[in-house]
Order: sequence, then structure tokens, then C-alpha cells
Amino acid sequence: MKEDNNELNRRDVLKGLATVPVLGAFWGVAQTKKNKDSAVKEQIFKELNIEAAKPPVSGSMEGNPLRIGIIGFGIRGEQLLRAAGFATKEWKEEMKKNNLENPKDLRLKEFLEQEKLNIKLNGVCDVFDVRAESAIEAGSVDGNKPKRYLHFEEMMASPDIDAVIIATPDHWHAPMAMAAAKAGKHVYVEKCMTHKVGETYDLKKTIEDTKIVFQLGHQHRQTQSFLTAQDIIKKNVLGHVSLIQVATNRNDDNGAWQYEIHEKASPKTIDWQQFLGNAPKREFDAQRFFRWRKWWDYGTGLSGDLLTHDYDRINTILKMGIPDSVMASGGVYTHIDGREVPDVFQVVMEFPNYTSGTSQEKGKEKGMTFLYTSTLGNQYDRGTLVMGHDATLELGAQLTVMADPRSTRYKEMIESGLIKTDVPMYSYNPSAKGVDAVSGATAKYFANKGMMYTYRDGKRVDSTFLHIKEWLSCIRHGGTPSCNIQQGFEEAMSAHMATASLRLGKKITWDHEKQRMANVSEAELRSVGMA
Amino acid sequence: MKIGGYSKGQLWSLVVLRLFIGWHFLYEGIVKLWNDNWSASGYLVDSKGLFAKMFESMAANASLMKVVDMMNVWGLILIGLALIVGFLVKPAIWGGVVLLVFYYLSHPPMIGYTFAMPSEGSYLIINKNLIEAAALVVLALFPTSNVVGLDQFLKRK
Repeated sequence: MKEDNNELNRRDVLKGLATVPVLGAFWGVAQTKKNKDSAVKEQIFKELNIEAAKPPVSGSMEGNPLRIGIIGFGIRGEQLLRAAGFATKEWKEEMKKNNLENPKDLRLKEFLEQEKLNIKLNGVCDVFDVRAESAIEAGSVDGNKPKRYLHFEEMMASPDIDAVIIATPDHWHAPMAMAAAKAGKHVYVEKCMTHKVGETYDLKKTIEDTKIVFQLGHQHRQTQSFLTAQDIIKKNVLGHVSLIQVATNRNDDNGAWQYEIHEKASPKTIDWQQFLGNAPKREFDAQRFFRWRKWWDYGTGLSGDLLTHDYDRINTILKMGIPDSVMASGGVYTHIDGREVPDVFQVVMEFPNYTSGTSQEKGKEKGMTFLYTSTLGNQYDRGTLVMGHDATLELGAQLTVMADPRSTRYKEMIESGLIKTDVPMYSYNPSAKGVDAVSGATAKYFANKGMMYTYRDGKRVDSTFLHIKEWLSCIRHGGTPSCNIQQGFEEAMSAHMATASLRLGKKITWDHEKQRMANVSEAELRSVGMA
Repeated sequence: MKIGGYSKGQLWSLVVLRLFIGWHFLYEGIVKLWNDNWSASGYLVDSKGLFAKMFESMAANASLMKVVDMMNVWGLILIGLALIVGFLVKPAIWGGVVLLVFYYLSHPPMIGYTFAMPSEGSYLIINKNLIEAAALVVLALFPTSNVVGLDQFLKRK
């Protein structure tokens, strides 16, 4: 009987443990799979050797607060001031409401948690009373109330301002930036850097002579994925890059600059003469004041407004400079509302001598076309593509690299099945653990391009904040901001070549030695208000 | 011959079902554990249906997500281990049912819902999460771990 029990127990124990070996089998198979996957990954990573670059280090913000003045508190001015740490009550309330409706919308929380930059808003200049008052309200923090300057020149003469942020219509950028530099004030100016060709040279010289700290408002220079993309080019992962494709795709009134006209707008509340500045004199027109981007007298069209962003994004990575030639065409096809600037606009820039390296035999490494296409009548996201012989880089807030099936460099890895050409061989997503809420079509458009947010240590950060911080850091500690006057010169000149091509109806060429448009006369530029 | 009230075929087919589900849970957990970048937030953001708001607000809360991710990964691993070796199978089964029902409620295959994440099959109302949950309920009602599994040693104490 006892023996029987033992017999039974042994059998029961064996049965009890019967499934344990399955764990061993599981572990063996799972490890094999993991090793195989990571071996493939490691081999590709070793071949590509891409390093996700560390963001530039900016200095401490300690010390006496820097005293800032803002000129222009429209849509962009408000965003810039917020990135600098000053938000209007109205915005904060709206964001609070948005968060209640959509818990993913964390813009208010992010703003409140944003690092303080140790600046005082000491001056406000806006020719529209409502906006000036709104800026004063936003900047009234810790007992410091900004002073309103009715004319920007009064602000330039003031000893209470160390640096200015300029977010006016384009035709005021250069005159104000030059006046500020001459007054010894540091400058952050929005794109397009200049409105006309002549002032582009003047501004460059002024900034170089006065040695003030100058930053052009291309905030994507701070985008983490773009820093990584620089390494991709440096390591020649793509091979000979022959074509760049960038695009603007928008399909709403806001995206087409059909902004709201404020109910309080009138010649009494707007200093119309000051708004006009160097533009042709004309009677008060609220449309032109609020929707100035639609007219050549004040704006630079898709060329200066959005092509510049794409051009500078690529110039950040490829450093290709001003093109040898530019052709542009377009028309007003989607918003027939009296505007002058085209809403469908295509630009082809040629860089016949540009090279980013090659994997092929000598003689196959030169020449590249930069193709910008845009419509304000469709918002299908066409992405940004940097197309090389060995691989294609798709660039945005994230980036992916796809090997080209006919690549020379990856031929063996493709043949052995190590690299598959239908899945990315490298992808970089700095927000892998983050959740984003980007509201509105225009916001999405910018976010997809890495223009709104970037990531530091997996945390979402407003890239404009980082761009302003870099500028302030250079003011405090010396150094040159990433979007300096040379980058600005290249940006503005390339955009002006595109505009001139459209408006003069011809291909514009660039003389690299003389640093000027080779086939355009002063008189031609004057005829289209671009001299 | 009956073992624990089951015929041999009944017993071993139930054990095989338990092992399969355990294997699946364990691998789902291990894969997530091995991937530093994995988070459930993407899945939760893609939620549809009655509970979508709740799942979305979970995803929006970074510190909560850390806890959710950890609980999910270790929940899957421990449930998988428990089912395979047959240890504490009852609580493991009900834990598994809760997880599966959560996944189901976050991505219910109802008419009119489309999800960003593609699925490998075609589902209407019933999907594999729900079937796996139902299979677990069967395993709870037809226990095997007190015969084939470590639970039998608990029983003897």
C-alpha cells in the first residue's frame, strides 16, 4: 500500500512538472529569434554607422536678465513671445479649455513647464493698438510692465532694450534689423530675411560690421532629426544625392494667409503710414494690413514664406548654398480673391557642381536638383525626400532611410537579404515614447516637417523656444547662432531668385564669384519692386 | 481511465490549449520587455469606441503610462509563465481575461471603426482577443493545473 502511494506520488510529480520543459523550449526559440533580429540590425547599424547627434549645448541663462523688445505682435509675434516665456491671458484660457476637451492637448502644461530664459520684456512696438496692448499684457510679469513704443525707431534709441525680436511683414525685416544692429541691439528676425535684393547685401554688411548676435527665424535648425540627418550625409549613407523633393501642401484659408480681420481695425487703431514704410503709398486697407502676405509690396509669397523653410531645412543638412540657377512658375489658381502672389508655385533649383559623396566610380558624384512644389488647394503630405544613388532619406520630425534596390554600396547586403528595400533600413523617432497632439491642419503641416516641435531626451520641446534660447545663449556667452547672417543671405537670395524668375519670366543664374544674380539688371528688379 | 475527472484526451487537449495561450502571453510580454522603445501609448491613442476617451487620457499621462507599460509587460510575462508551468493558474487566467478585455475594448472591431494599426485578418465584433479571453474562461472552468502543473503541489500542502 505504502509502495503504491510512492509509485503514485512519483507519477503525480512527473505529471506536475510535465509542462516545465516547455519553458526551456520557449526560452531557446525566443533567444534564437532575438539574436537573429539583433544581428541583422547590428550589421546594418555597423555598416551605416549613423549617430543620433547630440543637440548643441547652450550656455546657462543666469546673470542679469536680458531686456527684450518685440516688434510686431501678430500671429508669429505672439508665438515667438510665447516661446520666450510670455503668453497672453486669452491664449492661456483657450488652452485650458482645449485641454478639458482633449486631454492630449498639453500645450498649456508644456508652456508652464518650459524652462525660464531669464529675460524681461521691456518694449513693445506694434502699429495696431489692440495687438500692442495684448503684447503688453503678456509681457507684464513679476511687476515689470513693457513700455509701448509708437515708432520702432524710438525703441532703437532706447537704452532699456538689449535685443529685439522682429516679426513684422517682410518689407520691414531688413530696415528694422539694420536699425537695431546699428543701435547695438541683437536681432532675431523672422523669415524671409529680406524683402528685396539690394537690402540683402546691406543687411549682411551691417550685421558683419556691427558684430551683434543675429538669428534668423528658421527654428527647425533645432530639430533633433535634422542633426541626425547631417550625420547621414556626412557618412555618405545615401550615396550621390541627385534630387531633393520638398513641398508645401495646404488647403485651408488660414494656410492661404486669408487671416481674420480684427473688428477694431480702423485708421484710428492702426498706424497705416508706418505699416506702409517703404511700400507704395495707398489708402488704408484692412485686407492689406492683416493679409499682407498676399501682396508683393509687403510679402514675398510662397517663395519667401514657405520655400525658405524647406530650402533652409535642406541647407542645414547638405550645406549646398545658393543655386547656380533657378526657374519658377505658378499662378493664382485656388484662392481667386484679388491676391497677387501665386497659390500654386513650383521652383527648380540647379546645383550642377554639388556633391555629397558617392559609392560609384569617379565622375558620377556631381550634380543635384532641388525641387519645390506647392499648392494651397490640397494638403496631401508629400514629405521631404533626399534621393541618393544608394538610399532615400525621408525627413520630418522623424526620419527614415530606405535602401535603393539598385544601390552600389548595399548591393551585397541586399542580395544576401540582410537589407530589404521595402522596409526602412534605418529609422529615427525621437518621440518613440511620446504622445503628440497637434491641432489644426497648418499645425500638422509644420509638425510633420519638424518645424513645431522637436525632442530632447524623449520629451517634446517647442523648437522655436530652443531657437530663441540659442540666440540668447550666444548673446550671453558669445558664439554664432545656427541660423546666422550667412545662412540668412543664402536663404534670402535663393528665395529672391525664385521670385525674380516667376515675376520676370526667365531662368535666373547666380555668379558665385561676384555673389550676384548674373543675368538680371537693376532695372529689371526695380520693375517688380525687388531692387 | 479518468484523470482528475477527465478522459486522457480531454485532459491533454486542455493542457495544450493552456500551453499555447501561455506561450503567446509570455512572448508578447518578453518582446515588449526587450524593446526599449516599446510603449502602449500608440495603441491607446488609436482607441475607438465607448472607452476611447479613457484610454486616450491614459496615454496622455506620461507618468501613468510608465506604470501601465510596466504592468502590461510583467502581467503578460507572469500570466504566460503561470499558464505554462501550471502555477497559480486561476488568478493568472482571470488576470489574462482582464488584459484581453482591455485590449478588446480599446480596439473593438465594430461597424464603422477603422484603426491606424492594420490587423492581419478580418474581424467583425469577434476578434482574436475575444476568442482568447473566451478560451481562458473555458480553462478556468476546466482546470488542469492541479493534475498537470505545479498547482498540484499547492493542493497537497
